[in-house]
Amino acid sequence: MPGKIDKILEQVEQSRVWRSIFRSGRGTSTLHNALAIQQSVFLHLFSTKVRKRMLSFSSTWYLGTLTLGTFFILIVTGVLLMLYYHPSVPQAYADMKDLQFVVSSGLFLRNLHRWSAQAMVFLVFAHMFKVFYRGAYRAPREFNWVIGVVLLLITLLLSYTGYLLPWDQLAYWAITVGSNISAAVPLVGSKIHFLLLGGNQVDANALLRFYVLHCLILPLAALLFVAVHFWRIRKDGGLYVHQSEPKKAGAVDETELVKEVQ
Amino acid sequence: MAESKRLESTPASGEINRRAFFAKIGLGSLAIAAAGTAGFAYQYLSPNVLYEPSPIVNLGKPEDFALDSVTMDPNAAIYLVHIAEGFFALSAICTHLGCLTAWNQELGMIKCPCHGSEFTRTGVKIAGPAPKPLPWLKTWVSDEGELMVDRSTDIHPLQFLRI
Repeated sequence: MPGKIDKILEQVEQSRVWRSIFRSGRGTSTLHNALAIQQSVFLHLFSTKVRKRMLSFSSTWYLGTLTLGTFFILIVTGVLLMLYYHPSVPQAYADMKDLQFVVSSGLFLRNLHRWSAQAMVFLVFAHMFKVFYRGAYRAPREFNWVIGVVLLLITLLLSYTGYLLPWDQLAYWAITVGSNISAAVPLVGSKIHFLLLGGNQVDANALLRFYVLHCLILPLAALLFVAVHFWRIRKDGGLYVHQSEPKKAGAVDETELVKEVQ
Repeated sequence: MAESKRLESTPASGEINRRAFFAKIGLGSLAIAAAGTAGFAYQYLSPNVLYEPSPIVNLGKPEDFALDSVTMDPNAAIYLVHIAEGFFALSAICTHLGCLTAWNQELGMIKCPCHGSEFTRTGVKIAGPAPKPLPWLKTWVSDEGELMVDRSTDIHPLQFLRI
């Protein structure tokens, strides 16, 4: 029976349709494995080869991957919440309450969205601390650190814009206080405040603007910078590995053995 | 042939060749278009009509406000104070970060719940992070004899309205 399944799989993988989609073809050679990564639009951002030590838990604690995981959870739950939420003054609060008490699994999805948001902020900071204390921000990875700082700001702005959407007292006063901070910018502060809120006070325009920022502009910006962030890992020589052990005389340098296809 | 081509493409000092000239024109028009787009975006993002409540509030008859009283209108976010010197209106919005302050009758002071700023009933800051005193607002009596306050117009402090 397993032999039969293997045979069917083999036939599928050799079919013209399969080959037209996955061009790397069958095989387990190094070349095939490399091509499988390089020829996928999603995976080609990554290195075709990595050292095993890079993938060990201790080297990264998988903090970046976990952050991406929470981001994907936030996209899926966020899109689902959008189906019941109207960003308007009379409806926003009631829709949020409906999600909690009326919509099937609404409470679960809303809580998942909220907890993932908290977890993402925590993981972003943990990821940055890990990178900082390992010294992985140093050359040639300085620019990827800068992109990481941009991603931190986008994460915080996503949290901040999402804060207003329940349209309760906490949200209203948090955004009143927060947007007043932007008014402290020299010379153009009050203009920035006016543009951010679309008015002089937190009202219908502000709710709509924060909704568009939260659901469209900031997530797209985050995806763009995440793509550059991952691509830079490959371009900057792969994940950082701490060179702690002194080289033995006559031993072959590990880094010489594995040259990545870049 | 190669000699003449090089002569053509290397201009004398101070001159620019045709390619550089067109490149400059192209970049210049792109810069103008970018400036126009920025101006367009700024204008589009600034609403010209706001559906916010009117800044002018009618507080009713002055007789309704007893002597030595501080009356808050939470919807309008203002205080109407009546003391021996006369009437005046004070913004209830904290000058720190925009929270709504509240009058505390027992302590005889205005307090902000957000970050603890404290003000006297004339708006002077006593404590807390607020950088400025609470602004005095333009106050007058309408033809119908009712107290009117313009929340968008600050006046210098200690300009009492005497009736």
